[in-house]
Amino acid sequence: MGLEEKIPDSIILTTLDKMVNWSHKRSMWPFGFGLACCAIEMISSFSPHFDLARFGMEVMRPSPRQADLMIVAGRVSMKMAPVVKTLYEQMPNPKWVISMGACASSGGVFNNYAILQGVDRIIPVDVYVPGCPPRPEQLIEGILTLQKKLEGESVKDVRDEWGRRST
Amino acid sequence: MSTEQKELTLNMGPQHPSTHGVLRVIVTLDGERVIKARPVIGYLHTGIEKTMESKLYYKALPCTDRMDYLAPMSNNLGFCLAVEKLMEIEVPEKVKWARVCLAELTRLNSHLVWLGTHALDLGAMSMLLYAFRDRELIIDVYEACGGQRMMTSYIRIGGLSHDLPPDFEKKVRRIIKEIPAKLNDYETLLTNNEIFINRTRDVAVISAEDAINYGLSGPMLRGSGVKHDLRKASPYSGYENFDFEVPVGSKGDAYDRYKLRLEEMRQSLRIIEQALDGMPEGPYRAHVPGVVLPPKEDVLYKMESMIFHFKIITDGFKSPKGAVYQGIESPKGELGFYISSDGSNKPNRVRVRPPSFVNLAALPKLTEGGMFSDVVCAIGSIDIVLGEVDR
Ligand code: SF4
Repeated sequence: MGLEEKIPDSIILTTLDKMVNWSHKRSMWPFGFGLACCAIEMISSFSPHFDLARFGMEVMRPSPRQADLMIVAGRVSMKMAPVVKTLYEQMPNPKWVISMGACASSGGVFNNYAILQGVDRIIPVDVYVPGCPPRPEQLIEGILTLQKKLEGESVKDVRDEWGRRST
Repeated sequence: MSTEQKELTLNMGPQHPSTHGVLRVIVTLDGERVIKARPVIGYLHTGIEKTMESKLYYKALPCTDRMDYLAPMSNNLGFCLAVEKLMEIEVPEKVKWARVCLAELTRLNSHLVWLGTHALDLGAMSMLLYAFRDRELIIDVYEACGGQRMMTSYIRIGGLSHDLPPDFEKKVRRIIKEIPAKLNDYETLLTNNEIFINRTRDVAVISAEDAINYGLSGPMLRGSGVKHDLRKASPYSGYENFDFEVPVGSKGDAYDRYKLRLEEMRQSLRIIEQALDGMPEGPYRAHVPGVVLPPKEDVLYKMESMIFHFKIITDGFKSPKGAVYQGIESPKGELGFYISSDGSNKPNRVRVRPPSFVNLAALPKLTEGGMFSDVVCAIGSIDIVLGEVDR
C-alpha cells in the first residue's frame, strides 16, 4: 500500500493485516495466460460447471500489470522461459504463483531438451498442483490452499526483488 | 523524428489473450492497415517428435495426446492407424466403429472450443461460457472411457485400452439429444448477429486456388469451396460405412468457415448416431500375440497372456523395416503421421504433419491488406492449437 515501510517495527499490526489479507484473498485477480493443455482445464474451471467465481477469482486479467496471481498452466519451453520470467517481473507486488500441472512443476512427461524442468527454476512458486492436466477441482483446491497460505502474511513483510517475503 | 515515417511495427504475443496460446505475430502497419504479418512460432516447442523416437511404440502414444490437446482422440487414432499399418494389424469391427464414434465426439469437442474462443475474440463473451458448459458432456464420455478428462490415451495400438464403459451409450445418446438444440442456440446468437457478421464477412478471405497452393486442409480448405475430406477421399477406420455430407463454403471468408464448422458438428452428430446404432459386438482389441496387449482378464488367468503382457510392456515389439504414412481428417484438417522404422522396437523417426502448422502459414495471406483488428479474427478462424503447431 506504500505505507508499510513507514510503520516502525515496534508497532504490531493485527486487525489491519487481517483486513488486508481478507481482501487479497477474496479479490485475487489471476493473470489470464495459458501455455498448453493445462490452460484448457484452467478455462474449464472458470466455466459454468466449476464456477471459480464462487471464490472471488474469476476476473482474468489479460495484462500482467493488473494481476496478482500467475497460474502457470502448461509446459514452459526454453524459448518461452524468458518471457514467463519477464511477465512475472511485470506483475506488481504482492504477487503469487501457482504452478499448474506436471509440466510446469517438474517437466512432466517431457524430460528433454526443449522443456524447462519445472517453472520454479525461474520464478518462485507458492502452490504446486499435480496432474496432467489437473482436474478443475484440483486447481480450485490449489487456489484455496493459496488463500490459506495468504492468511499468514503481514503488510509489514519486507519483500525482495522476487516479491517474496524475506523474513 | 521525421513525420514521413508511415510504417509501424507491432509485436503481438506470445502472451496475448487472442492468440490462442503462445503465438507471436509481428505486424507491420500503415495506420490501421496491415502491410505484413509474420507469425513467429516455437514458444511451445516440446520436442514431441524427438521424444517419440526414444520410446517404445506403446509409450510414444501418450505424447500424441499432448499435441492437439483439443482433439486428443484424433491424434491417438492417427498414430495408432499408422502403427497398425506398419505392423499390418487388422482391428476388430467393433473397434473401428467405436473409434469413429470417439473421433467424431472429438470433432465436436474441438469445434466447441473453437466456437467459444473465436466468438470471445470477437466480443461475444457468453459464447465461451456456453461452449465450455456443453463441452462438459463430451468430457464426461472421455472420462468414462479413459479415466481422464483430456489426455485419455484411450485408443491404443490394436484396439482400445478398455472395453467401452457400460454407460457409454447412455451418455452419448444424451449428447445426440441435447447438442442440436444447443447448436440452434448458438446460431440464434451469432448467425444473424450484426456485429458478428460485420466482423467476419469478407474478412480473412482465401481463394480456392490459394488454399490449395498453401496446402491448407480441413475447414480452411473446404471453406473456400474445395470439397476435400479424407474421410471421403481415402476412408480409414471404416468411414466408408457411414452416411454423411461434407459441407463446403463458397467465399472462403471467416463467416463461411463459421457456418461450415457448425454444419460439420451437425454431421458429426449424424455419424455418432449411426455408429451407436450399428455398433457390432466383439472384442475390443485385435488378437495379435506379441504385439497387441492381451485383454486384462486373460492376463490374470492365463500363463501365455501373462508372458506376452510382460514382454510387450518391457520390450515392446519389433517392427518390420520400412516407412508408412497415415493421414486422418482431424477437426483441424489433415493430420498425418509418418513413421520410419529400422526394424527395432522404437520408431526411427516420427514426423507429424500438423494441420494447424500448415494452416497457420496462410496467416500473412489472410491478413495482409486488411484491418489490424481483423488479425485476431483471422487467427481465430484458422483454428490453431499451438501444441500442434510447435510440437
Ligand atoms: S501437465 Fe500434461 S496437460 Fe499440462 S501442459 Fe503438461 S502435458 Fe499438457
